[in-house]
Amino acid sequence: MTFLSHLINGVSLGSVYAIIALGYTMVYGIAKMLNFAHGDVIMVGAYISFCTTSYLGLSPFVSVLFSIFVCTVLGIVIERLAYKPLRQAPSLAVLITAIGVSYFLQNAALLIWGSSPKTFTSVVGNWSVRLFDGQLVISGVAIVTILACIIIMLCLTLFINRTKMGTAMRAVSEDKAAAGLMGINVNTTISMTFAIGSGLAAIAGILMCSAYPTLMPTTGSMPGIKAFTAAVFGGIGSIPGAMLGGILLGLIEIFSKAYISTQLSDAIVFAVLIVVLIVKPDGLLGKHVSEKV
Amino acid sequence: MKQFKNLLTVRRDNTISYGIVILAFLVIQGMIASGNISSSLKGQLVPICAYIVMAVSLNLTVGILGELSLGHAGFMSVGAFTGIVVSTSLAAAIPSAPLRLAVSMVIGGLFAGLAGVIVGIPVLRLKGDYLAIVTLAFGEIIKNIINVLYIGLDENGLHFSILQQSFTLAEGGRMIINGPMGVSGVEKISSFTSGFVLILVTLFIILNLVHSRTGRAVMSVRDNKIAAESIGISVTRCKLLAFVISAVFAGMAGTLYAMNFSTVTASKFDFNTSILILVFVVLGGLGNIWGSIIAAALLTVLPELLRSMNDYRMLIYAILLIVMMIFNNSGARKRLLEWRSARCAARNEKKEGA
Repeated sequence: MTFLSHLINGVSLGSVYAIIALGYTMVYGIAKMLNFAHGDVIMVGAYISFCTTSYLGLSPFVSVLFSIFVCTVLGIVIERLAYKPLRQAPSLAVLITAIGVSYFLQNAALLIWGSSPKTFTSVVGNWSVRLFDGQLVISGVAIVTILACIIIMLCLTLFINRTKMGTAMRAVSEDKAAAGLMGINVNTTISMTFAIGSGLAAIAGILMCSAYPTLMPTTGSMPGIKAFTAAVFGGIGSIPGAMLGGILLGLIEIFSKAYISTQLSDAIVFAVLIVVLIVKPDGLLGKHVSEKV
Repeated sequence: MKQFKNLLTVRRDNTISYGIVILAFLVIQGMIASGNISSSLKGQLVPICAYIVMAVSLNLTVGILGELSLGHAGFMSVGAFTGIVVSTSLAAAIPSAPLRLAVSMVIGGLFAGLAGVIVGIPVLRLKGDYLAIVTLAFGEIIKNIINVLYIGLDENGLHFSILQQSFTLAEGGRMIINGPMGVSGVEKISSFTSGFVLILVTLFIILNLVHSRTGRAVMSVRDNKIAAESIGISVTRCKLLAFVISAVFAGMAGTLYAMNFSTVTASKFDFNTSILILVFVVLGGLGNIWGSIIAAALLTVLPELLRSMNDYRMLIYAILLIVMMIFNNSGARKRLLEWRSARCAARNEKKEGA
């Protein structure tokens, strides 16, 4: 029974990582950049939801929608102001700019909300499901997180494969110049990717803080790094890869916390990543690109 | 003849550069002697030296070798904690502080180099962003392991344990590394002078390496791996060499840094520190050793200079970072450089005409 409950916790945590990793992997696939500010968008999303429920007294559902809206706009603004001027720049310059944006968001949050941690009230409520005569308790947050993850995954797959915008995204990620020649508006497509990624980050932030309710300006950075790891784990640029990577990462983290050591769980997660990358250098589901001379 | 001239210019270039560093050292020493330096800046001098060495050594990996590393602070951490253990153990054997610092630094550097070999062999097979994420992972693993490490010293020698303290120390023994609490009560034996000497040694070795046959081989690997391989350069050897040398200096910088504070914890050398050093390297210019030095010094002092802005200083730092990156890659900088070169050309023409 404890095994089963760890399994569910792992999948639930993994779902959060997967939703964040989707944002990383989509942006990477299209803009070929590591968006280190993504983790901080999670934090902003959680803060917005916290403020709207605690200070304005809005219902959780409205606060979630509002938070997604704010993060989507934030994502587009960040892309336009900070990343767009650097389209032609070397990737390291873009990386450092992303780090600058990350510092900016963290310090802006520090100024607005202060450094003392806020206790996030779960948007899901405190219900839970009891199975097997109460031997197995599944929290409502875990169920909602896993469901949200499945729904997002399905919608995103349909969006990428069936809609015009999704096709445009795939085209831009394959070859920006050729996509432009085919009449695709590259700038709009990239903005759209950032918008979706940031909206997902808001959802992930809210779900994560519903399960682990401490909210600080640095809340987003470690999950951000872990989700980034998850994206690489599954093969960066691949959407099913991000999903698989996220869930595996969550499972490894929870099981190593439960059966090996709490303090070393991060080290174990990263060690598994290294082993996977050594065996499969392009991630689990990544495409292998052969080198040309 | 032309070749000979080239060689001379390079050498003269380097002497001038060493001269600038020595001059800066003397000026700051003069300022300390005459009391013209604020106490907060004075406290920053050793960290600045450590950061300069970190930036120069990371530039070897990122700029000269062309591989992005996001875990440089991990090697700093290895050097820092090894250095602390060595210096505490040798406190009785070597009473002279500078000598003890030097010995600790060398051993700290060696251990960091060893970590570099262990990390480098699997990591350097990977490419680009995958390599970056694995170095990040190694940095986090090193941090995590040091966080659960317990090392104590008594008359029987050193005691090690992991996860929890599973040894008892004899009378008069003391804990050196105390798990997540880190190290406290370090004897502060770092000084600005020792930092300055470390910078000079680092510069001497790295500049000479870059201008040597091996250095050119490393750069050829950066520019085109397959072409380098086809003319008989061992890519793995070159990569590992540059990576390990970079790790060794990071370790030495770590020892210098740690010996300047009385308490040190593993979380001080986390991902953010690695990123901080990377920012120095990128803003200073990839492959430009002098740029790294200037960027490291300026950007460490900058938050201090912005102290009057209080709460806003980190925000301003972030905005400056973004603006500088955008300016560096924008048309404005290109036009400025073109304008300058045009002016130089015009001046040269005038000279030739006269």
